[in-house]
Amino acid sequence: MTAPPVPESAPEAAAPAPGGAARRRGIPGTGALRETGQLMTLAATTVRDTFRRPFQVRELIEQFWFVASVTILPAALVSIPFGAVIALQVGSLAQQLGAQSFTGGASVLAVIQQASPLIVALLIAGAGGSAICADLGSRKIREELDAMEVMGVSPVQRLVVPRVLATMLVAVLLNGLVSVVGTAGGYFFNVIVQHGTPGAYLSSFSALAQLPDLYISEIKALIFGFIAGIVAAYRGLRPKGGPKGVGDAVNQSVVITFLLLFVVNVVLTAIYLQLVPQKGA
Amino acid sequence: MGIEVIVEGLTKSFGNQTVWQNVTLTLPPGEVSVMLGPSGTGKTVFLKSLIGLLKPEEGRVMVDGVDMVGGRERDIYETRKLFGLMFQDGALFGSMNLFDNIAFPLREHTRKKESEIRRIVMERMEMVGLLGAQGKLPGEISGGMRKRAGLARALVLDPQIILCDEPDSGLDPVRTSYISQQLIDLNAQIDATMLIVTHNLDIAATVPDNMGMLFRRELVAFGPREVLLTSDEPVVRQFLGGRKEGPIGMAEEKDEATLAAEQFIALDDTPPRIVPQLQPSPGLPPRQAVQRRRARVLAMWDQLPVAARTAIKAGLAPVQEEHA
Repeated sequence: MTAPPVPESAPEAAAPAPGGAARRRGIPGTGALRETGQLMTLAATTVRDTFRRPFQVRELIEQFWFVASVTILPAALVSIPFGAVIALQVGSLAQQLGAQSFTGGASVLAVIQQASPLIVALLIAGAGGSAICADLGSRKIREELDAMEVMGVSPVQRLVVPRVLATMLVAVLLNGLVSVVGTAGGYFFNVIVQHGTPGAYLSSFSALAQLPDLYISEIKALIFGFIAGIVAAYRGLRPKGGPKGVGDAVNQSVVITFLLLFVVNVVLTAIYLQLVPQKGA
Repeated sequence: MGIEVIVEGLTKSFGNQTVWQNVTLTLPPGEVSVMLGPSGTGKTVFLKSLIGLLKPEEGRVMVDGVDMVGGRERDIYETRKLFGLMFQDGALFGSMNLFDNIAFPLREHTRKKESEIRRIVMERMEMVGLLGAQGKLPGEISGGMRKRAGLARALVLDPQIILCDEPDSGLDPVRTSYISQQLIDLNAQIDATMLIVTHNLDIAATVPDNMGMLFRRELVAFGPREVLLTSDEPVVRQFLGGRKEGPIGMAEEKDEATLAAEQFIALDDTPPRIVPQLQPSPGLPPRQAVQRRRARVLAMWDQLPVAARTAIKAGLAPVQEEHA
């Protein structure tokens, strides 16, 4: 992550001395700051270019379909056991405390507010983001992106914007699916496996959960989708060297996204819990 | 008529390694120029700097009033539409077939109808001899075809400035001659300013109006072709003669000992023979650049070395007779 910025690909140029760029850089840590700054710049450019004509509708639909198709099934499959684990864990804890009747509310809140946006983001970063990063990276090393710029077409506007919008849209929609499937899984395990009562599950649900919980869940998914898309694009646009560099870039994009997701999740959760009064509190 | 490209004091380095420094030259409008140089002297970097893909640390590249180095990003994007760049390996979009590749600039930048686009694309494909291959993906065709498709794509917006990055690499001698002819024909047809980066001696000898050479991080020379072809600069002589003896070594520069040893090898001192420049194919209009270049060369007559003057006189003789 702190590696020196790559000198733009120059296949035939005098090859730069290894570490040449690193030596020019004085104070340690500036590399990380520079990378962060460039990531932010890309994010800002992407937001700006979203509103610039012509909007790439076709590319957006294609990317949306692609990201959705690689994430829907895994997301659903992951969310069932995830809902189940939370239901089982919360169920047994609540039983120890003698609060079985609140199991439903607690596990649903955990699924909707925390588990669902994270599952969605991890899958989008892992399945969609890595593919986006590899795609952009291989286009970069084959000079396709240079060719595009030479033709006066901005790769950010033409390629990055539709991809980021696609990951955001898919994240929001998929989050709804995962919430439903996760909640249903929790219900199934609590009621059928742990022999909880359906009535208590549902009534504690409506006693503790409220609509803003769903809103924050969707907002989180939207932001996570944006992060996953931007980080994938950022790494993809700057692979170091040849095909190996693209592989590394994909790897890094997934790891960086995961790290960012969890940090941002803490911040968002803290803000939400401060700002929105919880039901029954 | 093509647009003039003015390069002033351009210096580019990667890290602490300077690629070339203080390059100053002017590509005369509508004329064909060639930039020579041994492998690894930053010819491609120079080309990419002209179009603003790489940003040199110092200097300016003025195209149509826009500085491609330090200008505003939006202006640079606008100005790039005046350029057509043929990449070394075509740089075609791997996910699109040849037709869509060549139609890409039209679809992005014009509001032409699909039938109109089809007509233009087919015309360009015919020009580079690719008719019938429009449905193929770039991965399914040979390197030479990819190059020609890259050329067709560079031409589709009728550029005023055409940059070619090693049009000959990976082509056999016959195809190289064809592409040389194609470039000259192109210049006759659209009168665009052209810069060809290459180390192919045939192209260097037959195609350009002007020649330049990069070596040891500097522009050794730039001027009318006769100046370089008759130059007694050791680097230029060695390169154009394709010899081992001279300052260019395998690893760019030779050490003193090798150079000293070579002092004893007698170099043949016969002046290089200048091959006449290629003419446009029959049926095409004459190149307008020829007249302009003549006026330009005559204006700088006093600064030219004697050998170059003799060569230019020899080259101009038939033209003068016609006018007499």
